[in-house]
Amino acid sequence: MAYGAVVPPLLEPCAPNPGRMRVKYPGLLLCAVASWLATACQEHERPSYLSHGVEAASTPVEFEQELEVPPPPFTEGAFPCSDCHDPAIPPNTKRREMKLAHTEIKLHHDAEHRWCLDCHSAENRDKLHLASGELIDFTESYKLCGQCHGDKARDWRAGVHGRRSGNWDGHKKYLLCVNCHNSHAPKFQPLKPLPPPIRPAPRTSS
Amino acid sequence: MKTLGHFVGFVQGSLQIVLRGGKLYWSWIAFLLCLIVLGAFAWAKQMQEGLIATNMRDQVSWAFYIGNFTFLVGVAAAAVMLVIPAYIYNWKPIKEVVILGELLAIASIAMCGLFVTVDVGHPERLWHLIPGIGRLNLPRSMLAWDVMVVNGYFALNFVIVTYLLFALFRGKHPSKKIFLPLVLLSIPAAVAIHTVTAFLYSGIPARPFWNDAVLVPRFLASAFCSGPAVLLVLMQILRKLTRFEISDEAIWKVAELMAYAMALNLLLLGAEVFKEVYSNTEHLIHMRYMFVGIGDQTAIVPWMWTSVTMSIIAFVLFLVPKTRRNPWTLNLGCALIWSGVYLEKGMGLVIPGLTPDTLGEIYEYSPSRTEYLVAAGVFAVGFLLFTLMVKVATPIMLGEFKSRVSA
Amino acid sequence: MSSCSSSTCSGRGCGASTTPDTACGSIASDATHDLAVEAASDTSAAASALEAAGVPGLDRRELLCVVAGCAAALTVSGCSDLTHSMYVRDRFRELTDGEKKEILARLEKEHSATYGKEVHVTDTPARPGVEFGYALDLSRCIGCRRCVYACVKENNQSRDPQVHWIRVLEMEKEKGVDFAHANPYYDAEQVPRPGHFYLPVACQQCENPSCVKSCPVGATWKEPDGIVVIDYDWCIGCRCCVSACPYGARHFNWADPKLSAEEMNPNTHYLGNRPRMKGVVEKCTFCIQRTRNGQYPACVEVCPVGARKFGDLRDANSEVRYVIEHKRVFVLKNELNTRPTFFYFFGL
Repeated sequence: MAYGAVVPPLLEPCAPNPGRMRVKYPGLLLCAVASWLATACQEHERPSYLSHGVEAASTPVEFEQELEVPPPPFTEGAFPCSDCHDPAIPPNTKRREMKLAHTEIKLHHDAEHRWCLDCHSAENRDKLHLASGELIDFTESYKLCGQCHGDKARDWRAGVHGRRSGNWDGHKKYLLCVNCHNSHAPKFQPLKPLPPPIRPAPRTSS
Repeated sequence: MKTLGHFVGFVQGSLQIVLRGGKLYWSWIAFLLCLIVLGAFAWAKQMQEGLIATNMRDQVSWAFYIGNFTFLVGVAAAAVMLVIPAYIYNWKPIKEVVILGELLAIASIAMCGLFVTVDVGHPERLWHLIPGIGRLNLPRSMLAWDVMVVNGYFALNFVIVTYLLFALFRGKHPSKKIFLPLVLLSIPAAVAIHTVTAFLYSGIPARPFWNDAVLVPRFLASAFCSGPAVLLVLMQILRKLTRFEISDEAIWKVAELMAYAMALNLLLLGAEVFKEVYSNTEHLIHMRYMFVGIGDQTAIVPWMWTSVTMSIIAFVLFLVPKTRRNPWTLNLGCALIWSGVYLEKGMGLVIPGLTPDTLGEIYEYSPSRTEYLVAAGVFAVGFLLFTLMVKVATPIMLGEFKSRVSA
Repeated sequence: MSSCSSSTCSGRGCGASTTPDTACGSIASDATHDLAVEAASDTSAAASALEAAGVPGLDRRELLCVVAGCAAALTVSGCSDLTHSMYVRDRFRELTDGEKKEILARLEKEHSATYGKEVHVTDTPARPGVEFGYALDLSRCIGCRRCVYACVKENNQSRDPQVHWIRVLEMEKEKGVDFAHANPYYDAEQVPRPGHFYLPVACQQCENPSCVKSCPVGATWKEPDGIVVIDYDWCIGCRCCVSACPYGARHFNWADPKLSAEEMNPNTHYLGNRPRMKGVVEKCTFCIQRTRNGQYPACVEVCPVGARKFGDLRDANSEVRYVIEHKRVFVLKNELNTRPTFFYFFGL
C-alpha cells in the first residue's frame, strides 16, 4: 500500500476486489501519474495455479472407465492371433527363442527378464493378461503397460504423457501406448530433423 | 498588415540571400543536392523492396539508421546546452551563440525525424503517433515519450529562433522577457531529449548491454563533446567569412568544457568496461563482441578501437592549453571528437547491444549500400537546411539584412 | 504490497467467470494494466481534449479523413502494400462491430482473390474465464523441428524471406540452459544428438510483456485470454518490440512475404494468421484461429514425442495445470519478471 498513501485522491479500492485500484478522475496527467505509480509499485508475483488443484497422484492409477482409443497398430494379418494359434493346440510355455515364427520381433523391453507370455495370454491367444491373471483386450493394453510404468500411466491419464490432438476444451482423445511405442522395443527412435532455418545474410541481388 | 509586410520582405530577402553566393557556396549546395537525390533513390528502392534492402535482420533489428538518430539527438541537445556557458560566462555574442546553437538543433532534429522515417516499415502510418488522431502509447512506451519530447524540443527551438531573427530583422531589440525564459526552458528540454533517448535503450531489460543506469550520463557527456565540436568549427568559419566577432577566449573556453565532458565520457566508459570485465558474468559477451570479437566475428572491433583512440587523442588535444589554442590542433580535435562519438553512438551502442541476440545468436551486421546512401541523403538534407538557415541568419545578426518596411 | 499487485488486474484476480467490463469498471479489464493507461488516450478522452482545445464538433472520423488525405499525398508511389493501411481507421480493438465486419469482409474478398480460394478471416473473441497456458517437456523434445514447419504451414508465415515463429535451440547437456552456446542451425542425420538437449522457443505470452509496453502506438496488446496479439494494420514497423522481447519471439517482415496459393491456410484470424504485409511485426499467437475454437495449437498436434501441452490455466483439470502441479516447471529468463505463461518442465 505504499502508493495509496502517497496519492490517496487518485486511487481508491473498487468494490468487487478490495485490492484493485480504479482511477477516479480521468485525464491524461492523472492517469499517467496513477499508472506510473501502479507500474512502479506492482509486485510481480505469479498468481498461484495450485490453489484448488487436482489431487496429488500418489495413489495407484485406476482406470475407472473405459477410454476411447484408436485401434492398436497390428501388423497386417496378425490379428486375430487365433487364426494361426489354434486354441486346440496347447501352447509351449517354455521360455525360448522364436525360430519358426515372429522372427522379426526383437525384444528390447527388459528382454533379460521377460518373454512373450508375460504379456500375451496363453489361455486366450487373442487377449493379453495382467499380472493378476485378468484377461484384457488389446484395446486396453494401457492397463498392462501401467502395471510397471505407473508414473507414465498417471501422466497419460491426465493427458500429459503422449501427444494431444483434437480439442483442449472438450473430449480428450487418447492414443494407446503402442500407437507411439513399439511394445517390443519401446524406446523412442531418433528422427531425421527437418531442415535448419536459413541463416540471415545480406541480400545479394533482388 | 505591417507584420505581413515584414514577412513578405523577409521571405523575398531570404530567397535573394540564399540564391546569392560564390563558387564555393554553390558547389557545396550542388554536392548536397546530389547526395539528396542519391539518397531519395535509395530510399525509394528500400520502400519498394522493403527493409530487406538494408542489412538489418531479426537478429539485429535496429542498426545504422537508429544509431544516427541517437547521435543526432545528442548533437541537437548539446548545441543548445552550449547556451549554459555562454550565459554563465556572459559572452558578448550570446545572442549569436544561441541562434546558431538552435539552428543546429533544428537541423539535427530534422535529420532525426528523417532517420526514424526511413527506419520504420510503414512511414505512411506515422500519423498513428499523433496524439488525438493516432494512439500514442503514453506513459508506457519510451519511444512515445521520445516522440513527444523531441517534437516539443523542435517546436521550442523553432519558436525561439523565429522570434529572435524576425525581431532583429524588423530592427527591434528582441525582448529578453520573451526569449530568455524560452531559452532557459530549452536547456532542460535539451537534457530531456537525450535522457529520454537514453531511456529508450536503458529501459530494455532484454538487452543487458543497454539496461544500465550509466547510459544516461554517458549520453549527455558524449553529446556535450560532439555538439559543440560542430559549433566551434562553424564559429571559426563565420569569423573568417563575415564580420562576426567571436573572441578566441570564447572558443577556447568551449574547447576546455569539451575536454571536461570528454573526460567524463571516458570515465563512464571505463566504469562500464570495468564493471563488465571484472564481474565477468554472461553479460560480458556484448562488450567482448565490441572490443575483441567473438570467434572470427570481429567486424565491429576495428571501428570501436578507432573510436576510443580518437576520443582519447581529442581529449588530450583539448586538455593541453597549448594544443587547445592552436587552430590546427583545435580543429583536428573537433574532427576527432565528432568522429569518435559518431562511431561510439552510431555503431558502438546499437550493434553490440543487439549482438549476440537474446537467444545467443550472432549475426554480423554492417550497413548495406542502400543504408549508406539513404543516410548520406538524410545528412545532406540536414546540412542543406543548416547551411541555408545560417546563410539567412548571419546577415540578420550582423544587421545587414533588415526589413525595408519602416518600423 | 498485495493490493498493489492486484491493481494490475491480470484477470484471474477478477474471478474466473466474469467478463472484463463487469469486473473492473471502466478502466480495468482482463488484460494487463496497460489498459488502464490507455484509458487516457481513449477515443472519448481524445475527443474531449480536442474540444477543450477549441476544436468544437470536429469528429474523430473527420480528423482521420484529413490525415488520410495527407497520407495519400505523401505516399503516392513506391508502396505496393498500401491496400490495407490506406483504409484509415482506428486500432481494430476500438472499432465497432459493424466496422469490424466490414473490414473482415473486405479482407476475405481481397485474400480470396489473391489466393484463388475461399479465405475466411474471423475475429473470434476470447472466451470469458479462459486463460491459455503452455507447457513444454524438455526431457522429451528431440529437436526434430516438426513443430517449426507445422507452425509455418498453419500460420501462413512467409516462405521467402523465411519466417519461423518457433526457434529450436540445441544446447549442451553439460552447460544446461545457456543461450550463449545455443545453436539453432544444427543439422544431423538423426536427433537427438548425444550429449545435447533441445529447447524450442516461441512467444512466451508473458503476463508482463515488455513488447506491449514498448510499442509506441499500442499496436500490440494482451487479450483477455492471455494471447499477445498484433494489429498488423496499425503497426508502424518501428521494431521497438523486437528489441524489447527477451525471447527473440518477434519477427519483422523485411520484404513482401511469399506464400503460395496452394500452401495458404484459408482459415484465418484477424489478429493471427491472416496474410501479413511487408514492414510489420508478427509472432506466435498460440494459433489463435484454432485455440479460440477449442482446438489445440498446430505445434501441439504435430509433436511426435508429445512434448507440447496446452490448455486453460484456470481449469484445474487441464493438462497445463497438471504439469504445473506435478512437475518441476521453470520459465525462461525468470529474472526479467516478464512472467511467461509458457512453462518448461522435465517430464522424466
